[in-house]
Amino acid sequence: MLPEARLLNRGIGPEPETLDPQLARTTQSHIALRDLFEGLVSYSAEGVLVAAAASRWKISADGLRYKFWLRPEGRWSNGETVVARDFVYSFRRLVDPETAAFYAETLNSVVNAAEITAGNKPPEALGVEATSRFELEITLREPTPYFLSLLAQAATYPVREATVVEFGEQFARAGKLVSNGAYRLAKWEIGLAITLIRNEQYWNNKNTAIDVVRHHVTVEPSVELFRYRAGELDVTSTIPSEAFARIRDERPAELRVSAFLGTYYYGLNLNYPPLGDNPELRQALSMAIDREALTASVTGRGEQPAYSWIPPGVQNYESPVLSYATLSTEKRNAAAKRLYTEAGYNEANPLQIQLRYNTSETHKNIALAIQAMWRHTLGFEAELINEEFRVLVTNMRAMKITQIFRSSWNGDYNDAYAFLAMFESDNPSNMFGYSNEDYDLQLKRAAKQTNPARRRLYLEEAERVLLADLPVIPIYYHVSKHLVSPSVRGWQDNVLDYHYSQHLSFD
Amino acid sequence: MQQRGALRFALTRLLSAIPTLFLIIVLAFMMMRAAPGGPFDEERAIPPETAANIERAYHLDESLPRQFRRYFGGLLRGDLGPSYRYPGYSVAELIGGAMRYSLQLGALAMLSALILGVGAGVLAAVRKRSLLDRMVTGLAMTGISIPIFVIAPLFLLVFAVYLGWLPASWGDSESGLRYVLPVIALALPQVAYVTRMTRASMIEVMNSDFIRTARAQGLSTFTIVRRHALRPAMVPLLSYMGPAVAAVLTGSVVVEQIFGIPGLGQLFVRSALNRDYTLVLGIVIFYATLVIVFNLLVDIAYGFLDPRIRRQ
Amino acid sequence: MSTFAALGQLGRQLGGSRVVVITTSALVVIALIAIVGPLFSPYTYLDSNLDVRLLPPTMDATRYFGTDDLGRDLFVRTLMGVRITLAVAIVATLVSLVIGVVYGAIAGYAGGKVDAVMMRLVDTLYALPFIFFVILLMVFFERNFLLIFVAIGAVNWLDMARIVRGQTLSLKEREFVEAARLIGVSPTRIIFRHITPNLMSVVVVYVTLTVPQAILIESFMSFLGLGIQEPQTSLGSLVNNGVRHTEGAPWMLFIPASILAFILMCFNFLGDGLRDQLDPKERSG
Repeated sequence: MLPEARLLNRGIGPEPETLDPQLARTTQSHIALRDLFEGLVSYSAEGVLVAAAASRWKISADGLRYKFWLRPEGRWSNGETVVARDFVYSFRRLVDPETAAFYAETLNSVVNAAEITAGNKPPEALGVEATSRFELEITLREPTPYFLSLLAQAATYPVREATVVEFGEQFARAGKLVSNGAYRLAKWEIGLAITLIRNEQYWNNKNTAIDVVRHHVTVEPSVELFRYRAGELDVTSTIPSEAFARIRDERPAELRVSAFLGTYYYGLNLNYPPLGDNPELRQALSMAIDREALTASVTGRGEQPAYSWIPPGVQNYESPVLSYATLSTEKRNAAAKRLYTEAGYNEANPLQIQLRYNTSETHKNIALAIQAMWRHTLGFEAELINEEFRVLVTNMRAMKITQIFRSSWNGDYNDAYAFLAMFESDNPSNMFGYSNEDYDLQLKRAAKQTNPARRRLYLEEAERVLLADLPVIPIYYHVSKHLVSPSVRGWQDNVLDYHYSQHLSFD
Repeated sequence: MQQRGALRFALTRLLSAIPTLFLIIVLAFMMMRAAPGGPFDEERAIPPETAANIERAYHLDESLPRQFRRYFGGLLRGDLGPSYRYPGYSVAELIGGAMRYSLQLGALAMLSALILGVGAGVLAAVRKRSLLDRMVTGLAMTGISIPIFVIAPLFLLVFAVYLGWLPASWGDSESGLRYVLPVIALALPQVAYVTRMTRASMIEVMNSDFIRTARAQGLSTFTIVRRHALRPAMVPLLSYMGPAVAAVLTGSVVVEQIFGIPGLGQLFVRSALNRDYTLVLGIVIFYATLVIVFNLLVDIAYGFLDPRIRRQ
Repeated sequence: MSTFAALGQLGRQLGGSRVVVITTSALVVIALIAIVGPLFSPYTYLDSNLDVRLLPPTMDATRYFGTDDLGRDLFVRTLMGVRITLAVAIVATLVSLVIGVVYGAIAGYAGGKVDAVMMRLVDTLYALPFIFFVILLMVFFERNFLLIFVAIGAVNWLDMARIVRGQTLSLKEREFVEAARLIGVSPTRIIFRHITPNLMSVVVVYVTLTVPQAILIESFMSFLGLGIQEPQTSLGSLVNNGVRHTEGAPWMLFIPASILAFILMCFNFLGDGLRDQLDPKERSG
């Protein structure tokens, strides 16, 4: 008697845009890709870095040379063996300017990667070599302590060269795509769902419990919740804030809320007044925000107030904390008012400033709440400007009209540097006009440091400088929130919010 | 004789639609490009080299007139271009896929609206001022006074979540049941309009001389309606069909979002927000062509239904 | 006679209809309450008090309609919603009215080539997906309250223009217009002094149909996140917000939704009543 195929229905959120690992740009694409492919390394269900396509590796003492031994039993979904050359091809494809890969910079620490992407060297010059059928060697420009975790990222997933050559840009479609992960692509109905079925050839297939995974496109969180309640989904991608309290009361066992490596913040443009050259004002604005009330009432899903920039949970790191974290609300507000006056503002001369956020219920509610807090504590009326996402992004980059703008930063990998890089003076993600020599220096020192304990000190010092200058106002640390059906087993909370379907099962 | 006239009429209209279409394409192209933000702007900034590579791959580094010529050249070859958002997928294929759902949904909604609306309208007109009439009129009034985005989620909540009678979304199964809620939500305002229109038109026709003559001849109401009154009463309804189709497409944006249907309305909104230039333009062209053709059909039908107009 | 005198005569004629009087009075009363009502409440639409979120309607503490998810008073906000919704609808309708009447009258009166070209433009604009137009406009340009009126008005004038043109075409042949032309009155004067007043009945009816349309369009834009911007609000915006709280705080949906439906019904009944009074041919029964 054949057992019924075990089918897992997951809500994925907004639509993924592609299943080509090197071209993928969005979180949603990465979720689907994680089930389809496997990188050299991967994460366990608990969020620990483990061997995957590679069975073991060796790192040289100077941190510049990595050698990987591939698993000889690794297979593509068409039965062919996964070999080192596949990874060489895929890494070159990632940095190749012709590919126009969005995350080409993932491999920037590899020798020649940046030059290739800039078009100054051919892809063959990349510091990656297949020294034998199953041996791969990677050479870096400078020691990058978090390099291994980069190799778990979707951008570095291998693609089969013959498939790409044969089908060109259509290779990532159902019926053509060849993958090396736990599942293969059965169907992609745009706007509806991606259907994955078990990859029998996968080297670890015997440990895969779920036969079919459907990632459903769920654009509206409230509708996703309806579908979950109606039994159509086993796992949701998020939980709408207005329903959170009720769910906590009615279905506490199905609620999975976990710390997440992401900070919700208000960015400040330091290029001109009123925020440039006025650190007192920036601190005042930060102090006057009642983060506890905000996270308790407005977002109310277990988010943690942020008094540092980097969220807790980063390995080998402890953030310095803003001095007013421990003050009572009254004392903090009073201190804020004092700083505000010191900054040159008062009732006769209130601050005039614009706060931009992109269209979303959450952002709107937070902005309204903070506007009210500033009105109440400091006595000025911030002007709220709701912009469509891409308009806001354009304005943030241009740095010409923004003053305060809402944003979030998520760590791609579990390392403090993922959060600190963007404040370096020459970083393209620096949308704040922030430039501090001391800060840059600390980061440069950290980059050259192979001793983790000493590296940590430099990074923490950098964050201390950052918190003193406050080019951003951290507001709260994100949480990942899901509803997981009681029949699903194997779901483990982790700070990266990676949940591979191959770790899940039904009881 | 009339056949040739109709054919010439149709051809002239189609030909004169071409400059209209061209104007629309140019307008839409300019509007899309005037918008701040591009298809590859994500929250994460990318290094300038990567950005340059992406722009080159999609010809975004060329001058606007050059890009337009490239796009238009493709159009002339019948190629709507590749989607900027979904690599490996062509605009034509994405529109085709979405159109399947929108067409099914829209046709079902319009059909039910017409059948129900005309039926209710005729009944109400024939039994003017009766209880039935008042009820029908009242319901119709409600139908146009409550927005779709209130009705749809409420239906969803009651019928799918609370009662569990119907699927909560489109993607769950292939069953026909998943059509029920979206079609009802989409059809409701249309039923209301059609009912009101039919009723009004029917009443007017029933008051006309030739109906009175028929009645004096002793024909039953049913026969009168079926044989004499119905056809002329439908004429004003025709002129409503054009805007009705447009309204259904509009309403579909809401319904599609709420029920998770990957239809054309949803596709358009998403592609506008994603700045998927080619997809947006493709949908605009598609829609415009649809409207033009549809209006043409309506005008021809007018000619058939009402000989007086044909002579103009 | 002048346009104003025509309107005056119209008013007297309409005063005879019960439906017209009742619905107009209802709308006026609602508008007045919306303007004066906030004086009876100690709260403003801005006051956000996170300690009193999601309160159901109650008589104590004067939270007549309860509070929303940010602790703001819903009585005051709903009244603001009524004000803004009515304002948007009326102004947008006026915009489309002015553009449509002028455009249609000129086209109809000029006739011939000019008429053909002008109507061709209307046809072109008709074939542009209206809602797509609105979305494009709003998505691309900075959220501007004024732009909402312009967007709605700019899209709605097409129907008005068509109808006015049709009416003008038939009016053109009437004797008094012929007479004016023979005397040598300038076309502009003919259009504004003779033709426009006679359009009033058609126009008035159409206006009452356009207003509900404009209201629904504004609500639709709020649904897409493109309507009136916080912290201001409209009925459509309130309703959209309320839908998400249907289970947790149903008053957030039902109060503004009922008011919205009532206003729409008033306008629709008013339109019906006006048509009965003014255009016996188009009687709705």
